[in-house]
Amino acid sequence: MSATVADMHDSHDHHGPVHTGIKRWLFATNHKDIGTLYLVFALVMLFVGGLMALIIRAELFQPGLQFVDPDFFNQMTTMHALIMVFGMIMPAFAGFANWMIPMMIGAPDMALPRLNNWSFWLLPFAATLLVSTLFMPGGAPASGWTLYPPLVLQTGDAFPFAIFAIHLLGISSIMAAINIIVTILNLRTPSMSLLQMPMFVWSWLITAYLLILVMPVLAGGVTMLLMDQFFGTSFFEAAGGGDPVLFQHIFWFFGHPEVYIIILPAFGIISHVIPAFSRKPLFGHNAMVYATACIAFLSCVVWAHHMFTVGMPLAGQMFFMFATMLIAIPTGVKIFNWTATMWQGALTFETPMLFAIAFLFLFTIGGFTGVMMAMVPLDFQYHDSYFIVAHFHYVLVPGALFGAIAGCYFWLPKWTGHMYDERLGKIHFWLTTIFVNLTFFPQHFVGLAGMPRRIPDYAVQFTNFNMMSSIGAFGFGFSQLLLVYVIYKCVKGGAKATAEVWDNPEGLEWTVPSPAPYHTFEVPPVYTPRYGATH
Amino acid sequence: MNDKPAARENSRLLIKLVGLALGMFAFGFLLVPIYDVFCDITGLGGKFDLEAAVVETRVPVDDRIITVEFVASLNEYAPWEFHPAVASMEVRPGQMYDTTFYAKNLTDRELVGQAVPSIAPGQAVRFFQKTECFCFTSQKFTAQEGRDMPLQFVVDPELPEYIDRLTLSYTFFATNQVAQN
Repeated sequence: MSATVADMHDSHDHHGPVHTGIKRWLFATNHKDIGTLYLVFALVMLFVGGLMALIIRAELFQPGLQFVDPDFFNQMTTMHALIMVFGMIMPAFAGFANWMIPMMIGAPDMALPRLNNWSFWLLPFAATLLVSTLFMPGGAPASGWTLYPPLVLQTGDAFPFAIFAIHLLGISSIMAAINIIVTILNLRTPSMSLLQMPMFVWSWLITAYLLILVMPVLAGGVTMLLMDQFFGTSFFEAAGGGDPVLFQHIFWFFGHPEVYIIILPAFGIISHVIPAFSRKPLFGHNAMVYATACIAFLSCVVWAHHMFTVGMPLAGQMFFMFATMLIAIPTGVKIFNWTATMWQGALTFETPMLFAIAFLFLFTIGGFTGVMMAMVPLDFQYHDSYFIVAHFHYVLVPGALFGAIAGCYFWLPKWTGHMYDERLGKIHFWLTTIFVNLTFFPQHFVGLAGMPRRIPDYAVQFTNFNMMSSIGAFGFGFSQLLLVYVIYKCVKGGAKATAEVWDNPEGLEWTVPSPAPYHTFEVPPVYTPRYGATH
Repeated sequence: MNDKPAARENSRLLIKLVGLALGMFAFGFLLVPIYDVFCDITGLGGKFDLEAAVVETRVPVDDRIITVEFVASLNEYAPWEFHPAVASMEVRPGQMYDTTFYAKNLTDRELVGQAVPSIAPGQAVRFFQKTECFCFTSQKFTAQEGRDMPLQFVVDPELPEYIDRLTLSYTFFATNQVAQN
């Protein structure tokens, strides 16, 4: 291994980027460059989508209409969701996949580097197309990110543009998924068996398959919307014999696996961070793999729990209720395995670990409210209330986003060669965690009390909780500027990071110097699992 | 690493995965007929076949009373007046009943309308039999014409025990606004 590392270091001097300046990025085929592009893009989108969230929260600070008209408010909720899901969190994890997967499996690069370039460069155009709908006559789609007809068909001139943006975003993520699968299956160092693969790689392998399974179905669904609007078909038009509920089935057939597409890579990151700072191997690696696969499978057969209120036969309600609650079991396996990993570990609380522990607590809260909503009779109360908003923000923000932030702090020294500012990192953690709870926890209460989502006004008795929520949202939003500063500072300089960065973490990525040379593992390394053949 | 066998491996897997993605795109469209068949079997969505049911009139079998409510809806900008003659009826399963819906063309042009029926709860769709319905054919109206349109139905005595109230809803569309199916 050390010989390989020395070779790498040697070759570093001779094989930098082929192009320099802007061309390095436009024509990027190096997985590290493309990973960086994805991550920077995601960070920019975090602020674009975040700004929209702040517009929503500013309006909801008080009852009544203050700043925006209701139609624009609904455009904001729609665009906030679409941008955060397709423009921020998915590209962020694609960035992690690009940077880390080849280094974790001892591959020289992604298997299909030009496809990789294309799948990234579709994104800025797709996102621009999506954001540009705000400036078109009639404004952006205001139907919510679920794009239900017939409401979404009332979108103005922007409608086809929004649909095409979704097509492009979908194509981009399908191509990224294909690339990731080919890389993992074909470029893995021969000495690493499938089951020995690190959890982040496993999570992404499963996520990538999910993406290929469901993204095209969404593409089909929104294409049908387009055809209904412009070609006189009646897929969802009752007058022509269609059924708008069909769209809900198609959408959620995609939509439910999509939420696992968002969270599984975060599970993967957490499965690296917790063992590193517990100084113990991940508890039950194989169980984690099977649990992830199990979650992915179940996620494909539970979609109709999003639409209990449209009415369905009792047998259907029972099936979707129990199948949904079943997901709590493999998810519980993961939560308990992380906890067991920490058990009797030599814990230290660096920033990535803090985010990972917060993830563990707060994601579990989101998981529990999920089980509550899986119950049909209760769902009728929670449906489309702020309770569901609180639920999915708990799994998406302190869930997926905290996973991404933990990964960012964890691998930042590997990427930049410098340690980040630990003190600022911890301040960022505490601000983020306190404000995220201040934002979303009160939403449970107003939701249970009957405040509906996607409406810019509310009954006066909800004012106090909404004010807390809005203050939390602004605090949370501005705290993320600190993240940008920490990253900027770390890129510019800081204490020199060693190859291992942390205290003897496991994985091939820690065997290359920091910053990781432009080309790594041109010769497949020999992988010896540190903890024997148990996993 | 870019030796030929590896490149061939990659493209073989690439083709399979692209095939899978295209297959799933097609599957999205396949969900449309699957959904129709599924709804037919389960009654989900409460969609009717648009043809007359053939039922032999049976003597009312029991003293069960079912409330049938009639709902008439119009979408935004629909140029009609449209409402049922009665808001609801108390019916006995097995007996034939007649009622009417009234529609009026509010424009100064000739319009062709089509009513699309739906019933709630959806499970009742197989047990609500229409022997005559204005929804079976499109309805032509001259300018400002209004008329009553007939509906004749039987509630099947097999209707599940737990259902004691049915809502029959019609939405009236001008057919020139939508594609015919």
